[in-house]
Amino acid sequence: IPFPPKPNPRRLKTLASAGAPSPMASAAAPASSEEAVKAAKVLMVGAGGIGCELLKTLALSGFSDIHVIDLDTIEVSNLNRQFLFRKSHVGQSKAHVARDAILKFRPNINIESHHANVKDAQFNVDFFKQFNVVLNGLDNLDARRHVNRLCLAAEVPLVESGTTGFLGQVTVHVKGKTECYECQPKPIPKSYPVCTITSTPSKFVHCIVWAKELLFAKLFGDKNQDNDLNVHSKDGSSSKLDVFERDVDEDLDQYAQRIYDHVFGYNIEVALENEETWKNRRRPNPVYIRDTLPEAVKQNGSSWDCSNDHEEPSAMASLGLTNPQEIWTLAENSRVLLEAFKLFFEKREKEIGNLVFDKDDQLAVEFVTAAANIRAHSFGIPLHSLFEAKGVAGNIVHAVATTNAIIAGLIVIEAIKVLQDDYKNYRMTYCLEHPTKKLLLMPVEPFEPNPSCYVCSETPLLLDVNTKVTKLKEVIDKIIKSKLGMNLPLVMIGSTLVFEDGDGLEEDEAANYALNLEKVLAELPAPVINGTKLTVEDFQQELSCSINIKHREEFDEEKEPDGMVLSGWSAPVEKQINSNGENKSAASSSSARATDDTVEDPSKPGMKRKLDELLETKENCDASSSAQVVEDDDDCTMLDGNPALIKKKRLQ
Amino acid sequence: MGGDRGTEEELTAQETALYDRQIRVWGVDAQKRLSKAHVLVCGVNGTTIEFCKNIVLAGVGSLSLMDDHIVTEDDLSANFLIPHDVCMHGVSSRAEACCESLKDFNPMVRVAVAIGDPSLIDEGFVDRFDIIVVSCASLKTKLFINDNCRKRSKHIAFYSVECKDSCGEIFVDLQNHSYLQKKPGGEPEQQELTYASLQVWKFDLIFL
Repeated sequence: IPFPPKPNPRRLKTLASAGAPSPMASAAAPASSEEAVKAAKVLMVGAGGIGCELLKTLALSGFSDIHVIDLDTIEVSNLNRQFLFRKSHVGQSKAHVARDAILKFRPNINIESHHANVKDAQFNVDFFKQFNVVLNGLDNLDARRHVNRLCLAAEVPLVESGTTGFLGQVTVHVKGKTECYECQPKPIPKSYPVCTITSTPSKFVHCIVWAKELLFAKLFGDKNQDNDLNVHSKDGSSSKLDVFERDVDEDLDQYAQRIYDHVFGYNIEVALENEETWKNRRRPNPVYIRDTLPEAVKQNGSSWDCSNDHEEPSAMASLGLTNPQEIWTLAENSRVLLEAFKLFFEKREKEIGNLVFDKDDQLAVEFVTAAANIRAHSFGIPLHSLFEAKGVAGNIVHAVATTNAIIAGLIVIEAIKVLQDDYKNYRMTYCLEHPTKKLLLMPVEPFEPNPSCYVCSETPLLLDVNTKVTKLKEVIDKIIKSKLGMNLPLVMIGSTLVFEDGDGLEEDEAANYALNLEKVLAELPAPVINGTKLTVEDFQQELSCSINIKHREEFDEEKEPDGMVLSGWSAPVEKQINSNGENKSAASSSSARATDDTVEDPSKPGMKRKLDELLETKENCDASSSAQVVEDDDDCTMLDGNPALIKKKRLQ
Repeated sequence: MGGDRGTEEELTAQETALYDRQIRVWGVDAQKRLSKAHVLVCGVNGTTIEFCKNIVLAGVGSLSLMDDHIVTEDDLSANFLIPHDVCMHGVSSRAEACCESLKDFNPMVRVAVAIGDPSLIDEGFVDRFDIIVVSCASLKTKLFINDNCRKRSKHIAFYSVECKDSCGEIFVDLQNHSYLQKKPGGEPEQQELTYASLQVWKFDLIFL
């Protein structure tokens, strides 16, 4: 890897030019850093890992007018690094508590804290315009893109940042001078084809998704949701439509074992019947309770210990398993599954039908771990400990205090440069162990704006879609809201407004839009056919772009599961986000990441690609068994968005 | 609490919950060893308090602070561990002033003031610690402490740090340090590093 990167002619051409005067440049001579800091009004988005360190550093550096936005509340697992918080603060607002903690050692500075989502309407362009610089300490791509657009619209410089374990980076984005946050493609959360999850898992994460989104959801979640699990029982003569339903007066043990045999035994046998699927794949082994836990079959009824009624029910505790790092045997996993299943029905019956998987729900994590492991066993995939499984299922990002402290320091350094309009010295700084040069910080000059960035330059996009079968609703959810990151979009075809989102709609307008959502593109009031151009806008983000439609009949089920393909925007490389915890784990995911990252993107500057290579080398050498580098603590969109919206490919 | 667990003991449920995110970075084994380590910090200033914050949050066994300079206005402006509501100015030592805040960061860590003069830290004293960090001390004092660290059979790591304006310096002496390096797709490899003492390093510097 050549270092430093070769000079790129695109880099810094516009940085050399004068550019618009910044808020600070009113005097003839540039302000000293001390003056610039004193007069600055800054917005911090995020009061978590980076936020706490950043707020401390800003306060110590003399900043005295700070706004903080964070929607989150404090959790125990935050306390190892979010040092402004104490155990007694668990459950309280991060923004408010952070503010109070800082005021203890800097009573005279002005901090306004907002316990709110930065995407809320109150934080509009006018709100952003009051600041000299915006500093991000966020943990998800969605919010980052939103803030990026508002900063562009308000013409306020943005200092972005992120950390994962020992890795981190700080980047500077100034409209017209540097790239915006979205000029370079960012990895989006990995999604898996439905058939991989339901029929042909090859990695542990596939088993986790199955356990979480299918089995757990089917048994304990909303009954009205679509679910891909095969609900038909062995004997077609069964009166039941859904084998997952408990029979009237069915013994709990029996019910549990029946479900076990159905999902791990019967369903696998059904899958094996399709020879084509297994031509080039390892055939899975059906697993039955009579084989894994012969003694359980003979038991009748359960006698559980009532003495721990006030403690959180836990299968591990019931079974005397104490070490979350231990990898359980198939028998132990089976016991945990049955026990967790029973405990849900015995102790948490009221919640059944409403439960959503939560990584902080011990029983849910135990259930999902055990289920995923049994499935993994069937498919010859290595088993994992509860600790590792929790990381995968909960999209946990691994984190330490030191990296955040370093990044916070770098953010303030860049912020001060921005306040002084010192554009020649703006740097994108990467905090990582350079594989050969033994450097820990890698500062790089920013690139110029990407002329084909649809966010900060005006570039039409191209959408391949079947206009005869695809509904407007799907385009809005999968493309406009999801890929383009618009919050409250407006869709126009020529001069016809076919959709609007937000408050303040008239009843008949809203009804009209609701109707349009359900129509296929070709049948909209202004028909969308090959060559039609859609205009899509989000007023809050002040973002507008055009999408040219190209009609196509066929889409590859595996490679194009959405049934539509957006191009012309430097599509992000899909990186595996949660095989490891927040920074995902497991060797299998690391190697998966290596193969995922081979997409060539000619519009990507050389620097970005090298950074990815560096990160890969780094993560393969990480000490922790569960270390995996991920950039964002994104919400898992395992089945590519809202499962209810996905066109389900049912198993026959 | 802390610092005296047996080698076979697992982390408590409390530790597992609190340290979850960092265990995912460096593993359970490292966390256990960390919880048995004893650290001494001589010289309480902006740089060393950052270190103190980080090492306490991480769950070190114990942290001892040695600095009997009385707190001044300057200290208040650079130190986020000293609360303004209590009158420390002119009364407490820097070490005392920072102690309570650090304990607050992590009740599982033993944080205490070490009374003494860094220039008198002898062999017997260093033996209580696994890591010694020195700042705001003369070269003579640093050489003395480093020398004493190296005299012991027990492995004692030595760090010296200084910051001024936008420049910083850190000197590290881990003596003979062996560790396991994970290789991509292979078995971890044993690595050995040999560090120079401060005496030797300073000597070499003259000839660069």
